This record gives sequence, C-alpha cells and structure tokens, in this order.
Amino acid sequence: MSLASAAAAVLLKELRCEFRTRELLNTTVVFVLIVVVMFSFTFDPTDAESRRFGPGLLWIAFLFAGSLMLHPSFAREQANDTLYALRLAPVEPFAILLGKVLANFLFLMLAELLLLPVFGVLYHVQLLPVLDRLLLVMVLGTLGMTITGTVFSAIAAQARMRELLLPLLLLPVLTPVLIASATATAGLLAREPRLDWTWVKILAGFDVIFLAASYLTFEYLAEE
Amino acid sequence: MRPSIPLLAAVLALLTAATYAIFFLAPEEATMGAIQRIFYFHIASGWTAGVAFFAAFVANAAYLMRREAHWDWLAVAAVEVGLAFCTVVLITGPIWAKPVWGIWWTWDARLTSTTVLWLLYASYLVLRSLVEDPRRRAVLSAVFGIFAFLDVPLVYFSIRIWRTQHPQPVIAGGEGSGLDPVMWQVVLLSWAALLGVMGLLVWQRYRLEAVRHATAELALGD
Repeated sequence: MSLASAAAAVLLKELRCEFRTRELLNTTVVFVLIVVVMFSFTFDPTDAESRRFGPGLLWIAFLFAGSLMLHPSFAREQANDTLYALRLAPVEPFAILLGKVLANFLFLMLAELLLLPVFGVLYHVQLLPVLDRLLLVMVLGTLGMTITGTVFSAIAAQARMRELLLPLLLLPVLTPVLIASATATAGLLAREPRLDWTWVKILAGFDVIFLAASYLTFEYLAEE
Repeated sequence: MRPSIPLLAAVLALLTAATYAIFFLAPEEATMGAIQRIFYFHIASGWTAGVAFFAAFVANAAYLMRREAHWDWLAVAAVEVGLAFCTVVLITGPIWAKPVWGIWWTWDARLTSTTVLWLLYASYLVLRSLVEDPRRRAVLSAVFGIFAFLDVPLVYFSIRIWRTQHPQPVIAGGEGSGLDPVMWQVVLLSWAALLGVMGLLVWQRYRLEAVRHATAELALGD
C-alpha cells in the first residue's frame, strides 16, 4: 500500500468517525463563537479599533480552536487501544500521521470558515474584497497549526494531564505562525489592503520544516 | 565521581578573574556609566544558554538514533542548566534596562525571542514531569526538544521582522557598531567563566540523573 493510499484510508476513517458524532466540530465552533463574542465585552471596539485588534482576535480564536480540537486526535485512539490496531497495519507509521493531519486540517478549516462571516458581521470588517488572499494565509497558517498540533497530540496523549499539556506544548511553538498570520491578516484588513509576501514565505517555511521534522520523528512516537 | 578539585579551582579562578576584569579593567561606557558593566554577564549568559540548548538538541537527536539512556540524561541536564542561564539573561536585562531605557521591559525583538525561548524549554521540562516511564519520557521529550530547537530560528526571524524599529545589535550589527577591544576581551573572559560553570552544573545534573536511574533499577530488581 502506498503512502498516499494509506494516508487516504486513515483520513476517510477520521472523517467517518467525526461525521457520525460531529462532537469535535460542534464543540469547537460554539467555543470560538463564545470567544469572539466575549472579546467585544472586554473592550467594546469602534470600527477603527476592530481593524486594529480584529486580526489578533481572529487568530487567537483560531489558535484556541486548534489546541482544543487537536487534543482528541490521538487521545480518543486510547480508549479502546485502537492506535495499536492502526500500528499493526503494514504501512509506514507516517501515513497514520499524515491522514490525521489532513483530517484535522479539514476540520479546523471548516470551523474557521464558519467563524469568518460571523466575525466580519460582528466587527464590521470587509472580508469579501480580500477573501482570496485571506484564504491563502488561513490555509498556510492552519496547516502549520495542524502539523505541529497533531504531532504534539500524539505526545500529550502518552502523558498525564494531557488536556492541559497540549496547549502548553503547542502555543509557544506556534509563535511564528501567530505573528505571521496575524500580521498578514492585519495588512489585508487595513484601509488599503496589502499582502506582505514575507509572512506568506515564513508560514510556508514553517509548514515545510515541521512536516519534514514530523516525517523524521513520528515513527518514534508511534512505537510501543 | 565528584568533579575534580583542580577543575573546580580552575572555574573559580576564571570566575574571579572575570569579576575583577569587569569591575577594574573594563573601561567605563561613555553614556551608560557603571550599570553597563552588567552587560558582561548578561550577554555571556545568553551565549552560554545557547550552547546548552544546542547541546540538548544534539543529545535529543542522539537519543532517538542510539537509544542509550545517557543521551537522555545529558539532554535534561543541558536543558535545565540552559534554562537557568536564560533566566539570568531575563533578570539582568530589566535591571540594565530600567536605568538606561527608563523602563523594565519592552516588547523588542531580542527580549521577546528570549522570552519565547524560555517558554519553549520550560514546557519541555513540564512535559518531562508528566511522563512516568523513563523510556517513554526520553522519546517524547526528545521529539519535542527537536521541534523546539527547530522553532528557535523561525521565532527569532519572525519577531525580528515584526519588530524592526529596535536599536541595531551592537555586536555584529554592521557598519559603525562594535565594542572597545578591552570590552571584547572582558566579555570573552566572562563567557569562558560561565561556560566553565555550565560544564560543572551539567556534569553534576547528569550524575544525579545517572544515580536516579541506578536506584530505579535497584528498586525494580527486587
């Protein structure tokens, strides 16, 4: 079985699991909505302030969504020791990770896309004119979050206090993603929208470096 | 195995010499005055922390490839000592900043990167404290340590681009920057002294980990 077809099989299994219960998406979407609404209570922004603080708020909300959503990725394999069954399959261990990264990427993108129009309406931010470039930043940023987050989910699942441990491991490592995505988004939401390609390159670099690092190290995490 | 007396004496002599040089040999900085003398231990601690974290990265990678427990002992020893030196940087920095800049803290590129570095390795130690089995702990923390180390240049560059308005680095900062030659000698002497301290501490911490391992083996042997 090739890497691609094995990863696709894991991806389909993850999607099937999720769409039978929709636990992950329902919880995450409601959670980020709460964050976005709560934020307006804390400083009651004017339109100019929304443009200034909005990008940071949006990415903090995405980051929280990610650290919440990625945790079950490996933790729920433990209940019935199903990771053991996955490992028995005659495929590269990296295929398991790749399938899960893709599934998490789709879930998180979906949650973010659902949040985006709500954010635009609540904070009076024009998103449509820059949607294509915003999507590029979101795809690269979300990919960075899901690659590192899925690997750390495999680490945290094997430790105590795992719900707390995942954000603790993940958030400092995601510093470059947060800075690059939030600053790029701020450029797009400014009065004269402009995409700074430096940030796009940093995001792409982050994704490539950590995908390679996951490829090299994941077999050690999957072993018993 | 205790560190040998000559070794201890050598490190103590270096530390004494560095302290003497900082207060009596280094010239007084023109605008900042005496407070600038904190610079020698401040920057030397930063470099020492860098060496320790690099050693930890090498030990992490070596553990994953070789699976010999002593690489894990070296990794945890290096991270703990590196974090201590990083803490020294974060404490001496504000002490220097308050009289010179008028504020304890600013979100400048170097301060912010050093803080993120501190957080990365603090979470490495938290991870270790939450895994019971020594072999699992070694593998999980080795993978996380490698990710953290790879993240450091990305953190540094993204913060540097984000905060470009800050004063240029004095050392290796390009045209017009540079240190007085005596200051250079003093800072290198301070670095040598702190590297000696780091070596001793890492060695002690490594020994402690080895003893812990041996006692755990004894307890299992019953």
